[in-house]
Amino acid sequence: MTSIAVRLLVPAAREAVRGRWLAGLALALALAGELLIRFGGGGATTVVSLLDIALVVTPLAALVVGTMQVHNAREMTELFLAQPIGRGKLFTGLFLGTALPLAAALTIGLLAPFAWHGLFATPIAGTLIALGGVTCALALIGSALAFVIALNADDRVRALGIALAAWLVGAVLWDGVILLVTMLIGGRGVDTALLIALALNPIDLSRVLLLLGTDAAALFGYTGAVVQHTLGTAAGRAVLIAALALWLALPLWLAARTFKKKDF
Amino acid sequence: MITVAGVTKQFGRRVVLQQLDTQVVSGRVTALVGPNGAGKTTFLKLILGLVRADAGSIAVDGHILDGSPGYRAQIGYMPQMARFPAHLTGRELLTTLASLRPVPAVPDLSLAEAFDLRDAFDRPLGTLSGGTRQKINAVMAFAFTPQLLILDEPTAGLDPLAARVLKDRVLVEREAGKTVLVTSHVLPELEEFADDVLFLADGSAKWQGPARDLKIVTGQHTLERAVAHLLSHRAMLAVA
Repeated sequence: MTSIAVRLLVPAAREAVRGRWLAGLALALALAGELLIRFGGGGATTVVSLLDIALVVTPLAALVVGTMQVHNAREMTELFLAQPIGRGKLFTGLFLGTALPLAAALTIGLLAPFAWHGLFATPIAGTLIALGGVTCALALIGSALAFVIALNADDRVRALGIALAAWLVGAVLWDGVILLVTMLIGGRGVDTALLIALALNPIDLSRVLLLLGTDAAALFGYTGAVVQHTLGTAAGRAVLIAALALWLALPLWLAARTFKKKDF
Repeated sequence: MITVAGVTKQFGRRVVLQQLDTQVVSGRVTALVGPNGAGKTTFLKLILGLVRADAGSIAVDGHILDGSPGYRAQIGYMPQMARFPAHLTGRELLTTLASLRPVPAVPDLSLAEAFDLRDAFDRPLGTLSGGTRQKINAVMAFAFTPQLLILDEPTAGLDPLAARVLKDRVLVEREAGKTVLVTSHVLPELEEFADDVLFLADGSAKWQGPARDLKIVTGQHTLERAVAHLLSHRAMLAVA
C-alpha cells in the first residue's frame, strides 16, 4: 500500500524539484542567513532573528508554493486518477511529493549558512536543530493547508488569494488582535485566553516552542512569563507538540476528504 | 460492455447529464458525438471514475463502479489536449505508470516507434510541441494492452501522418476484439472506423445504433452529414 504512494511521490517530487521555485527559495533563505551571521556575529541574537525569518517565511512559502504546485499538478493528478490506483494512495503520494521537497528546501536553505560557518559545533547547536524541526513542521502544516485551499478553489488566482489571506491572518493579524484583546480585558482570565489563542495559531505555537528552549522567554515580559510558567515543563512542551501535530492532522484529513470526493 | 443506467450529473446548477441510459457494446468502435457542451467528456470521465455520478449506476464489463480502482487496469485513456507535468520526461511518466499496475507490466512502445518518437521521449514534456505531447499521450493510452480504449479527441493537434498512424492502430485494436470509445470533431475520420454512433445532446442519448443505420435513417451519405442532420433536428428527436 505504502509502496504505491512512494511510487507516486517520486514523480511528484521530481517535478517539484526540477521547477526552479524550491531552489530559489532555499538560496534566498541561505543568503538571508549568511547576512545575519556576517552582521550579527552568529550568537543567540542571530538565532532569534533567524527564528523570526523562519516563522514568517516558512508558512508563506509553504502556502503559496504549495497552492501553486497543487494547481500545476492538476494534469498529473488526472493522469494518475485514470490508473488502477485508489484515491487515498494518490493523495498520500501527491502530498508527500509536494510537502517533503518543500520542507527540505526551506530547512536546508535556513540552516546551511550555520553549517558552513561551523555553528553546529557551538552551544547554539541545540536551538538550531529545534529551529530546523519547527521549520519542517511549519512547512508540512502550510502544505496541508495549501492542499485544502487549492482543492476547494479551482480558480488559481482565487486559491492564491486565499492562501495569502491565511498567511496574513496567521503571521500578522493574529498577534495584533491578541495584543488588543489583552489590553482591553486585562486582569484575571487573560492567561487562559492567551493560551487558547496561542493554540489556535500554528505560528505562535512554533514560536513559543522555540522560545521555551532558549533563555529568551524572560525577555518577553508578561506573556513570556505566563508561557514559561505554564508550558516550560516537559508536559507543557508535549502539549505544544501535540497541538502542532493536530494542526497537521486536521487539514490533511480535510484535504484527503475533499480529494476523495472531488470531480476532476 | 459498458452499461449506463439513469446517470445524472450536474456541476453546480448546470445539469450536464440527465437520466442517461445507454450501452457501449464490446469489440466495437463507438463514436461519441454531440454538440459542444453535450457532456461527452463528462461521460468519459464518469466511466473512468474521475467524475462521480449524482445518481444512477455505471458498469464496466460487469464491474459496477463503486470507487474501487481495479477495473481501470483494463482501460487505456487518452485525455483531451493532455498537458503533462512540465519537468518530467515521457519515459519517466511511463515508467511510473507501469509501476502502478497491479501486475508488473512492460510498456508496449510499438506506437512510439510508429510515431518515431525516440529522443522526444527523453526530453521534459514542457519543452515538447503540442502535437508531440499528443503522440506521447497516445503511447501511454495504448501502452498496457487495454481491453477498453477511451479516446477523447485523439487526433487533435496531430499532423496527418501521425493521425494516420493512430487511426491504423485503432483499427488493429478493433481487429483484436478491443472496445473503443472515441470522440472527435473530425467526423470524416470517425467514418473510417466507427461501427456504432452514440449521439449525446441535452444530457441524454438522443440516438444510438450502427453508423450504417444512422445514414439510412437520416437519408444522408456521410457520417458528417448524418450527424449534422441529427444536430439540426434534435428538437424533433427529443419528442420522438
